Amino acid sequence: MIYGAMVLWGWLNIYSATYDETQSIFDLSLNSGRQMMFIITSSILILAILIIDMRFYETFAYIIYGVVLFLLLLVPFIGKEVGGNRAWLGFGSFGVQPSEFAKFATALVVAKFIGTIGFRMDNIRNQVILFALIGAPIMLILLQKDYGTAMVFMVFLLVFYREGMSPFLLLVGLGVAVIFILTLLVENNWILFGMIGAAWGITMYMNRRKKIKRLAIITAGALVLAFTITSVEFIFSNLLEEHHQKRVMVLINPELDQLGAGYHVYQSKVAIGSGGIIGKGFLKGTQTKLKFVPEQYTDFIFCTIGEEQGWIGSLLMIALFMGLLLRVVFLAERQKNRFARVYGYSVACIFFFHFATNIAMTIGLFPVIGIPLPFFSYGGSSLWSFTILLFILLKLDAHRMHVLQRL
Amino acid sequence: MNEGRKEVLQLVFLLVGFIFLVKLFFIQIVEDSYKEMAGVNAIRKEPQYPIRGIIKDRNGKLIVYNNPEFDLMVILHEVKHFDSTRFCQVFEKTPQELRDLFNNFRTEIRNRKANQFQPFPFLRQLSTQDLAKVQDHMDEFPGFFIQDRTTRAYASKAVANAIGYVSEISKNKLEKDKSGFYRQGDYIGQSGIEAYYEEYLRGKRGVKHLMRNKDGVIKGSYEGGKYDTLSVPGQDLVSTIDLTLQEYGAFLLNGKAGSIIAIEPSTGEILAMVSGPSYDPNLLTGKNYSKNFALISNDSLKPLFNRPLMAQYRPGSIFKIAQAMVALQEGVITPETRIRCDRSIINCHGPHSNEDLRGAITNSCNPYFHNVLRRMLNKGKGGNPFDDTRIGLAEWDKHIMSFGFGKRLGIDLPNEKRGLVPSPEYYDRAYGGRPWKFSNIYSIAIGEGENMVVPLQMANFAATVANKGYYFTPHLIKSIGSTGMPLPQYLEKHYTTIDSANFRIARDAMERVVEAGTAQYRAKLKDIVVCGKTGTVQNEPNPDHSVFIAFAPKENPKIAISVYVEYSGQGGRAAASIASLMIEKYLLGGTQRPNIEEYVLKGKFLH
Repeated sequence: MIYGAMVLWGWLNIYSATYDETQSIFDLSLNSGRQMMFIITSSILILAILIIDMRFYETFAYIIYGVVLFLLLLVPFIGKEVGGNRAWLGFGSFGVQPSEFAKFATALVVAKFIGTIGFRMDNIRNQVILFALIGAPIMLILLQKDYGTAMVFMVFLLVFYREGMSPFLLLVGLGVAVIFILTLLVENNWILFGMIGAAWGITMYMNRRKKIKRLAIITAGALVLAFTITSVEFIFSNLLEEHHQKRVMVLINPELDQLGAGYHVYQSKVAIGSGGIIGKGFLKGTQTKLKFVPEQYTDFIFCTIGEEQGWIGSLLMIALFMGLLLRVVFLAERQKNRFARVYGYSVACIFFFHFATNIAMTIGLFPVIGIPLPFFSYGGSSLWSFTILLFILLKLDAHRMHVLQRL
Repeated sequence: MNEGRKEVLQLVFLLVGFIFLVKLFFIQIVEDSYKEMAGVNAIRKEPQYPIRGIIKDRNGKLIVYNNPEFDLMVILHEVKHFDSTRFCQVFEKTPQELRDLFNNFRTEIRNRKANQFQPFPFLRQLSTQDLAKVQDHMDEFPGFFIQDRTTRAYASKAVANAIGYVSEISKNKLEKDKSGFYRQGDYIGQSGIEAYYEEYLRGKRGVKHLMRNKDGVIKGSYEGGKYDTLSVPGQDLVSTIDLTLQEYGAFLLNGKAGSIIAIEPSTGEILAMVSGPSYDPNLLTGKNYSKNFALISNDSLKPLFNRPLMAQYRPGSIFKIAQAMVALQEGVITPETRIRCDRSIINCHGPHSNEDLRGAITNSCNPYFHNVLRRMLNKGKGGNPFDDTRIGLAEWDKHIMSFGFGKRLGIDLPNEKRGLVPSPEYYDRAYGGRPWKFSNIYSIAIGEGENMVVPLQMANFAATVANKGYYFTPHLIKSIGSTGMPLPQYLEKHYTTIDSANFRIARDAMERVVEAGTAQYRAKLKDIVVCGKTGTVQNEPNPDHSVFIAFAPKENPKIAISVYVEYSGQGGRAAASIASLMIEKYLLGGTQRPNIEEYVLKGKFLH
């Protein structure tokens, strides 16, 4: 149900974003018309997914994963370039992005691996394999310079966490991100060193009765953070490309460059901000319709909602997503086998990551990265990919009793 | 071992959703700047400039009308890939000129008079020809667009000072403007009728809301023009001026300094008001305004100085008419009172010795009026000569001021001067508290001394005598818009303190002045009875000013006139000639005395 509402709403918004009085929503030359095609094909996909025996997904997880990796490998060589990224494989007039399908493939394979009988998360070897499983697509997608999609795979860390991985890695990761931003914000690095030192001291004191091993880990964490500070400058100016640097700087200081790097975020905020409480009404958004917001039917589709449906519309949309996420978690939790549960969490986390980063970037809480909003953004690959993700879970859920019987 | 982790994840999800809602709440509901920005972004408010009212003369001839002109506007925010070389080429500017334009713009931004999101008039007042040249290239300069409006054009040069001119509102005025009507770059009447009737002439600006995309391409009107307003054109004015007469006056006064004012006595309508020297009002329109304005305002002849209302002169002998009226009203003389022409205190001219009032006016006898003023000021009401004079002067002032002297008449033009009728307080100040009496101030008896009048007051005085005791405030506009009426204050009769019967003497005497007196040679007309009075205002060491007031015909007067020609000797020469020619022109359509016209145009009055 949520799925249906979202897809339909998204479709209407794409129509609105590209609306031009003379054309109908069904016109195939328009994005809304094509999105309708995608929706129809998605429905066919759904049917296919539901028809295929559920064991297929578990059994062929590695094969699907392999095929997608192979496609990813092909992309840099035979792919076509769209919007600066070489992420597309052309089939006739339509292109697909293998990186989109890598998500569900990876989710399947991770679930399969964790679902293996005798799997233990605290086994170092298992952890290494897991990281390799998500690392492979990340590396391949980075080759396409599609940093946004690559980041999606980081969200599997949340899944691992759910399945027993120590939260320590997450915390360190979070810490590194926070420190990174802080280093850019705070001029004097010694203040940060001092803060880390103090935090380290306090933690050491609180854990003074614990094993040497834990104390060592804490110390290592603090050192990593301290190292981050010193390397920020280097990473920032040497590893990141110039437009990424600017996007990060703009996040820190939005007024910096309204016509240049900050243009996306600024115009996006203007569009959303001008919506007010109830918005300007369907098809009446001036900012999105008149193309002030770039990419207003793909990554910045939320602007259309914000502008035309206002805060109420945003509230409704966020509520829909919350409902979807919690429902997926609920579905995951009620699975009887581990494969299905892990897969469910993967789906939830992937949706969550997309939703969170996409909205955050449109309202200026996160640097601009090309991440579509599930079911709303225009694009065949992403719609299909999210559809597949979701409906495989539904298929698994429908047969959770069979699993029991089989055991 | 993984208990509680499900809840942690769910909490994280909900927390993020909540953070988004809060942030959105601030962006969408609390913060207003985004909404404003959206308006600036997508909606271009295009002002619809009203057409300024036009001005016609009393016979329907056009005096002022409008010409289309075009401004090149720029919205800096939208300027992209600006090609300065190309710009210079298309707009025929040198790189230095372009740099100056940008510097000017930058200064305006720094002074917060402009910003990068609002249209700024970059190049002003392109002509239709300019527009034709640049129109096709406008798409090469995103952020620039053409805005059309109108500029003033003057059909006649002769009315320059009365009409005034229009120019862009100054920063000073813009800051003082409380009505909120004006924006930078708006035009406003700066002097004359253009300034006085500004609120009628200007009309009301409209606004069109246009939607445009990020490249500035107009995508149609916003919400079907729901918020658009049409501009309301300004009201047309009908002037009291007779353009033919006005132009003839300017023709006669050409090359001389002075003024001519002709009034229709029965209404106070000004038929002609010429100030010399003057300027070509068309120099003060269009893009050369600032250059020309500097030229004109720095001219040593002061062409912008509107002499009819601003030049204060001593009235000279014409004042004797008023003197006579007041004396009759006060009862200190009768028309038959004869006074010996005793030239021991004030000199006189011409062969006469013991005239009655009529004779004294006709011969402009100075000792007669010296004596008359003494009778008025020293009536024995005060205990000593000082107090006596003070009381007498206060009474005299009241009468003189009822003719409109010593105060602003209230013509429909700015910058009118009031002249001066000396009051007791005035002399107190002038004498620094030392006592004064009649023998100190007697010069005012013959219109010399401290008396000051502007030419308009003299013409109004002639009209008052023509009307036998009342006047309508002189005015230049007889109809505003479709009302057919002037401003209400111009419909009001102002009575003097003098009984209408007493004016009979003045009118007879003035008739004699033209018939057989000081004006007989140059102001007498064959078919029209002209009543007039000459004045020769002393102006040591320079030549005297030549003054003449008149009205005609004697019965049911159609025109009252005052002429003041600076440095031109006796009133009977230059001023009387011009005044009589004007009367002929107005009543007969042209002069029957080409020799007089030639005499005036030659302009050698002193020999």
